[in-house]
Amino acid sequence: MNQISPISRKANTPDVAFLRKQAAELRGEVIGMSHKTGSAHLASCLSCIDILTAAYWHALNIDPAKPTDDGRDRFILSKGHAAMAIYATLAHRGYFPRDLLETYTKDGGKLAEHPPANMLPGIEAATGSLGHGLPIANGHALSAKVKDKGANYRVFALMSDGECNEGSVWEAAMFASAQKLANLCVIVDYNKWQATARSNETLQLSPLREKWESFGWDAYEIDGHDIGAVATALADVPNGSSKPVAFIANTVKGKGVSFMEDDNNWHYRAPTAEEVVKARQELGLS
Amino acid sequence: MRNAFADELTKLGDDDERVVMLSGDIGNRLFDKFKDKHPTRFFNCGVAEANMTGLAAGLAMNGLRPVTYTITPFVTTRCLEQIRTDVCYHDVPVTVVAVGAGLAYAGLGPTHHACEDIAFLRALPNLVVISPGDAWEVRAALRAVMKQEHPAYIRMGKKGEPKIHQGPIENFQIGKAITIAEGRDVCLLSHGNMLPEAVEAGKLLEAKGKSARVVSFHTAKPLDEACIAEALNKFKLVVTLEEHSLIGGFGSAVAEWTVDNGCDTRKLMRIGTPDKFFKESGEQEHARERLGLTAHQIADRVIAKLS
Ligand SMILES: Cc1ncc(C[n+]2csc(CCOP(=O)(O)OP(=O)(O)O)c2C)c(N)n1
Repeated sequence: MNQISPISRKANTPDVAFLRKQAAELRGEVIGMSHKTGSAHLASCLSCIDILTAAYWHALNIDPAKPTDDGRDRFILSKGHAAMAIYATLAHRGYFPRDLLETYTKDGGKLAEHPPANMLPGIEAATGSLGHGLPIANGHALSAKVKDKGANYRVFALMSDGECNEGSVWEAAMFASAQKLANLCVIVDYNKWQATARSNETLQLSPLREKWESFGWDAYEIDGHDIGAVATALADVPNGSSKPVAFIANTVKGKGVSFMEDDNNWHYRAPTAEEVVKARQELGLS
Repeated sequence: MRNAFADELTKLGDDDERVVMLSGDIGNRLFDKFKDKHPTRFFNCGVAEANMTGLAAGLAMNGLRPVTYTITPFVTTRCLEQIRTDVCYHDVPVTVVAVGAGLAYAGLGPTHHACEDIAFLRALPNLVVISPGDAWEVRAALRAVMKQEHPAYIRMGKKGEPKIHQGPIENFQIGKAITIAEGRDVCLLSHGNMLPEAVEAGKLLEAKGKSARVVSFHTAKPLDEACIAEALNKFKLVVTLEEHSLIGGFGSAVAEWTVDNGCDTRKLMRIGTPDKFFKESGEQEHARERLGLTAHQIADRVIAKLS
């Protein structure tokens, strides 16, 4: 099979203006999808769009024309309820035609409200039940050692803070550090909300960075909406130590639309036509 | 069904201080009334179903009456060993309540479908398994299981299903099926959220000159053996209906009973979901249509079988 040639990551400085524009377009796309279909989890999508953009348009070593190439970087959206965000990302990045987004939630289509197994190019794993992405990512990362000693691909798992409630996450975290999976990177979309309450009022996540660190990871806090910083951080994995890397990305649920930001009603709500117009204006979209 | 559940649980909580509500970070606003009235007996356990279930067992060991609640796969298969070992093995009165039976959340994809839960849970000793057919059955089933000293599983649909019963069911009993309509030619045994389709199928059959008894067979375990025996005795055809796999579900339970008791298995027809993940997008109505679970499709299959 054709190998993707490894990009020289550190030499690349992110084109921040381009990434911001791309992120705004993706935000417009998911807002439209939610409006047209009445789909929930819009705020969960807006929270992680900057991270997805930084990954797919800068940090990841991928070729949309070769979605199963052995040498590709793997990206797993472990917070599967942000399905609209990954669908929009993959379509805009060229994994499948943008027209397919029109079929989201439609009878008999391929785009259900959580990412499917074995059906769409670029979807590495079916997610939607929280707490599954990181163990699967462990499997991808460990395969690079077991199968092919020279493999230098990296594995990224994007998780939500509520997801860190699950015990399976911490089982996986301890496995990864024990096995020195330095090619593995977790990004936690730390927007301080889960489905029905504030994250730290539900289970005590705080201090989250220190938790990951004490589980044997190189753990850093970053601003999850500083798209240039996220792009550089992800591109620089592995960081030279033998540890897996965790980025605790401070984010705002509903980011990018003033009347959605940090308002958890938008975990469930879909925008009206007028709200779509207002949101697009704020995003600088026509 | 879920609104009826939250409302009935609040009333139960008013009367019984042992009732403790545990939610797996779902049901925004659904439990506001319960929280309002019983703030010290509601806990959002987060996205951590294994802990929620073990915790419930521990509470029950101390004489409390915990109820665990979230979306079906997460409150059943995600924490199956906690249900088996902590709850059922210890035989403590924990009530596991699931929202989104079968394909109720079809649009959310297979991670959120639940067509195997009855198979898993029916095999667990000490556990009562109930799938209410409408909101009134939810209320009655909840009251009934909270009275007993054993574990129970209640498998609900979602919200807004048609009500089949006219009002509160006074004489609801665990393991006692309820006849909704009388008939002569065929007996439809409906389990759980298929009840509206079953009732509708009964009407369609009537219009085609076949008269159907329609039964809400809400309890998959323990089975209402008398109801099955009588149906197999009286009718040419007995049909089980469920939004669950044909492997291990309600229809399997009836088939097991029929074989074990030497009854005529040729009279039995089972309708349920196939041994496949349903991967198409689209809502429950679409999924039912594709899998042959609508009233029309049921009526057509019954007619074909009878002729
Ligand atoms: C195992 C499991 N339990 C419950 C759910 C239902 N659910 C969907 S999203 C969510 C929580 C959302 O909060 P968070 O994980 O912090 O993500 P956010 O939307 O805030 O980014 C829950 C409980 C699920 N998808 N998986």
